Amino acid sequence: MSNYLGNYSLYIALIASVYLIFKSYLDANSENKYLDKNFILITSIQTIMITVSFFSLVAAFVISDFSNETVFNNSHTLKPLFYKVSGTWGNHEGSLLLWLLVLSIFLFIFLLNSRSQDTKYKLLTILFQQIIISGFLFFILLTSNPFKTLYPIPSEGLGLNPILQDPALAIHPPILYLGYVGTSIIFSASLASMISGNIGDKWARHIKKWVLLSWVFLTIGILLGSIWAYYELGWGGFWFWDPVENVSLMPWFCLTALLHTVIVLQKRNSFKEWTIILSITTFSLSMSGTFLVRSGILNSIHTFANDPSRGLFILSFLFILILMSILIFFFNQNKISNTAKENFILSKETAILVNNWFMMFFLSVVLVGTIYPIFLEVLNGSKISVGPPFYHNLLIPFLIPFLIFMSFGPSLKWIKDKLKKFNYNILIIFLVSLLISYVILTKTENSFLLSIPLIVLSIYLLLVTIKDFFVSRSSISQKISHFGFSLLITSILLNGLFSNEFNSNMKVGDERIFDEKVVKLKEVNVKDVDNYKSLKASFEVTNKNSSFALYPEVRIYQQPLTITSEADIKTTLFSDNFLVFNILKDDGYYNVRYQYKPLMIWIWISTIFIGFGGLLSVIRKNEQKY
Amino acid sequence: MSKNIKFLGLLLTLIIIFIILLKGLNVSKDYSNEKLKSKIDISLNAKKLFSDEIINISDLFDKNSPSVVNIWASWCAPCREEHQFLMKLKDMNINIIGINYKDSPKNAKNFLNSLGNPYSEVITDNDGTKSIEFGAIGVPETFIISGKTNEIIKKYIGPLTSENLIEIKNLLEENA
Repeated sequence: MSNYLGNYSLYIALIASVYLIFKSYLDANSENKYLDKNFILITSIQTIMITVSFFSLVAAFVISDFSNETVFNNSHTLKPLFYKVSGTWGNHEGSLLLWLLVLSIFLFIFLLNSRSQDTKYKLLTILFQQIIISGFLFFILLTSNPFKTLYPIPSEGLGLNPILQDPALAIHPPILYLGYVGTSIIFSASLASMISGNIGDKWARHIKKWVLLSWVFLTIGILLGSIWAYYELGWGGFWFWDPVENVSLMPWFCLTALLHTVIVLQKRNSFKEWTIILSITTFSLSMSGTFLVRSGILNSIHTFANDPSRGLFILSFLFILILMSILIFFFNQNKISNTAKENFILSKETAILVNNWFMMFFLSVVLVGTIYPIFLEVLNGSKISVGPPFYHNLLIPFLIPFLIFMSFGPSLKWIKDKLKKFNYNILIIFLVSLLISYVILTKTENSFLLSIPLIVLSIYLLLVTIKDFFVSRSSISQKISHFGFSLLITSILLNGLFSNEFNSNMKVGDERIFDEKVVKLKEVNVKDVDNYKSLKASFEVTNKNSSFALYPEVRIYQQPLTITSEADIKTTLFSDNFLVFNILKDDGYYNVRYQYKPLMIWIWISTIFIGFGGLLSVIRKNEQKY
Repeated sequence: MSKNIKFLGLLLTLIIIFIILLKGLNVSKDYSNEKLKSKIDISLNAKKLFSDEIINISDLFDKNSPSVVNIWASWCAPCREEHQFLMKLKDMNINIIGINYKDSPKNAKNFLNSLGNPYSEVITDNDGTKSIEFGAIGVPETFIISGKTNEIIKKYIGPLTSENLIEIKNLLEENA
């Protein structure tokens, strides 16, 4: 029943989409002053149909309706309800349906929110957005229909990958999709504004909310993914430069640049081409993310689906969209009124321009590292693996100029700033950060020449962003986000510098000494829980004068047979103690990995600060002053 | 005019990227390469991990039977997963020559001291050049190399699994 409902409502949504494409195209060419009432009506019908379709899939998951092939492949009656629901988007078909749902809801919200805008601009936005929606509808109906039925009906499902049974991961894809799909609105709107020629400060104010919102969702989405990898994969790190992680980072760089560029457009009515190109690029990168992840072209721990025909569809669709946007850009370039004002070297505009170039550099490094292996494999059959050393060596040295620049760039004035008289505050802050860095660096033995300026500058930037809370004239949201960013960089650097790990095979009762700490394996308890068997170990870590217990776990799932390691992490304000163990097949030995990771929690907290700053900017109305 | 050139240039780039990605879709993801029966030059000089003595790699090979070469690093997470299987190979009396790829000797020694040393000999490869001579593209990789002809009999990219162990044993026996 729910299968038919879900399936046919998608067809109705497709018809609505085709109708809207033609109608908006025709109306955009006529000189209608008002938006036809039908647009809101048909769009809301479409949104409702897609919502119905999505929830009929959710319902199928909840009642474990195994006549549905997607449910059969990805669910199981023994699974907790929460993961039955999150299982809806934990798979290829369901995740696309979620993409589609967010696409249509966003368009609907956009229509309600842009009443004051020009009619032609609105029509064109509907047109481009509906082209994207119809593309996804075709994709779902032709290659990945979530409502395929099975007969005879199996009595039990094949289960969900237990690695995906994690609260952070259950909400990670929806949040990330909100970010990705938000960029589709920016894409459609910027193409529409290019054609209708209304690109300028008024449009910037209107689109800025969407940019901010997508950016906040993308930031939080990436954070959740990182948290999932840290707690669930048990590798003891927060970023692995895995291709699938990279594809979410690339649009983030682009969107961060766009976020700053839109502000210039709003205040100074310039950087119009930057805005358009960044909008197009951001969306293309979000779409390529979907292509790379869903087509199985990448080799990664995250790739779930392997189906070249799907890859072919997304690839063609992606290139049609890019081609379309390039054509529109080149043929409407003359419509951009070049109100080029004189730009002075020492001004906020220049600062944002420099920021953009840095973002583009970071983006290129990650882009090359992610797709060059694919290119090389096709071109001459050789295979290379690009790992963390590549990214670290290319990105970290460039952090030095970036940090210097970020310490003064944001406080420059619009149009033209003067070189101020020598500022003693800055000197004091710099000396303090030198002192702090000295104290920090004497505590570590592996100090490379590069880490000295990095630590000094990151602490300097941190102090400057704190100082800005009291003296700078910029908006509070900007202060929070910039403070969060400097805190993030500082935490990552110190974490990298001071992390320490030890690895050993231990039996129950064994003790190992590591870095003045004694790690003791006290016991291992075996227990049957819900849908897995649990081996819970009890470790005791004794420091000089204190001790604490850690209880890492190994879970053995039966449907399908998978063994996962749940690390136990003791988190304090200053450090994480991370312990994970694995079963070795013979003689009662366990492989134990213990890691000391300073400031882990600050990596999460600082990212929340970054996102919160953006969110505050969306909510607050009087932000416009700055 | 220059606008058209820019446009055409961009279009051409896009088409090339499209074709490459299209081809990329059909590239097989099977990484054990049977065709790689190339001969390699193993007469390289390299330093031992534990004794700082410089030796010629070819001295480590048995001239009459095939040898197993494993390229690893202490910083590589999959190497850690693979380690237990290397220990099993050792228990099966199979000699493994380890090449320690771009690693600090201290970390490498710690790794082996805490997890156990499956290798009959470990040589260091600080700059990665020795591994390149073997045709390695990352860590971990495992080669089975014929002692007589210096040809690669089999190459495993990525961590070994328990299924590979029997295969390796059989290959060694067949080619002995």
